[in-house]
Amino acid sequence: MTVLLQAKSVRKSFAQTEALRGVSVEFNAGETVAITGPSGSGKSTLLLCLAGILRPVAGEVTYDRQRLDLLGEADRTRLRRREMGVVLQFGQLVPELTAVQNVVLPLLLERHERAAARRLALSWLERLGAADLADKVPAELSGGQAQRVAVARALVSGPRVVFADEPTGALDTVAGEQVLGQLVGAVRDAGATLVMVTHDNRVAASADREIVLRDGAVEAAGIAT
Amino acid sequence: MSVPRVLLGILAEGPAHGYDIKLAHDRRFPGARPLAFGQVYAALAKLDKDGLVEVVERVREAGPDRTTYAITDAGRDALVGWLSAPEPAGPYAADDLVRKTVTALRLGRDATGFLAGQRQVHLDAMKGLLDLQATTNDVAARIVIDHAVEHLDADLRWLETAAARVGSSTEDRKVDA
Repeated sequence: MTVLLQAKSVRKSFAQTEALRGVSVEFNAGETVAITGPSGSGKSTLLLCLAGILRPVAGEVTYDRQRLDLLGEADRTRLRRREMGVVLQFGQLVPELTAVQNVVLPLLLERHERAAARRLALSWLERLGAADLADKVPAELSGGQAQRVAVARALVSGPRVVFADEPTGALDTVAGEQVLGQLVGAVRDAGATLVMVTHDNRVAASADREIVLRDGAVEAAGIAT
Repeated sequence: MSVPRVLLGILAEGPAHGYDIKLAHDRRFPGARPLAFGQVYAALAKLDKDGLVEVVERVREAGPDRTTYAITDAGRDALVGWLSAPEPAGPYAADDLVRKTVTALRLGRDATGFLAGQRQVHLDAMKGLLDLQATTNDVAARIVIDHAVEHLDADLRWLETAAARVGSSTEDRKVDA
């Protein structure tokens, strides 16, 4: 198996609080991993460090042999746009844009041709059973619908790794299960790596393995099955 | 045990013999333990004795008798009564998960390893059920699977709480023996 993403002895503090106390984890290409643990255990902080959104105060984050922690903000952003997709708990869609415009956005930022980008965005919405939502704005969408659009947006640029922070956290059980099935299925079909932070046992059960954090350290990391 | 009432529900759709009743039961509860033939025949005999079902045909072929049962009017009344009455909540007596954890703690042993290992077993079981869930669009079947998933979820949350309590307690070894 090829290691795509790796954190080595990563430390991160906010003010006086040490959120991560030397975390080392690895993610293979194509695997689905859940990061779980109690509130305040450092799950989301670890995810943000892995995605290059936060920079650790010590330790290394390596993505495809590149040290993310050594790259500047602009380079990390560029790499993230090209190679990574992010899904957050509340979708975080741009409220003024329609669903399809939200999905097109990452492609336009990468200077894709507009008509082709729109076609690709529509095909992703269709893949996620959200084609009929294309022209609605986020305020007109249910939580589950908005999350499906967010998943389409995370996947549209063909990322090699997708990060999801509590992807079902704001949804009821049935809607959460649908979004989870579509997220995991679509990422697996694309052969990409999926890293999900979650409190939801269904999400943890859907992963190939689980990493449990407690008090900013790894308590247990399951073996890929 | 509500198996006889479920069998009444199956017979309310039309007469059937034991083997078909067993198959219909097992199809209704995917992921649950299949009903043993002995249970089916014992339940049917009891229902027959209580006048809730009746034998409408008995065919003797090469093998054993094939007896076809039908629901009676009294059986329909009993079924409707059962369906409209809520079930008592619980009791949720300690099961083996709790017994093992408590025994370990009473002996002053670290239960953390057991709790972590158990979490993995539960997650694997839940994964199997979620895979099964994805294979069916039948609402009743999905509801059966939901029930098992939610119970595993409750156990998983208990395992988490137990691990947190054990982890945060410095009094483990002082638990009253």
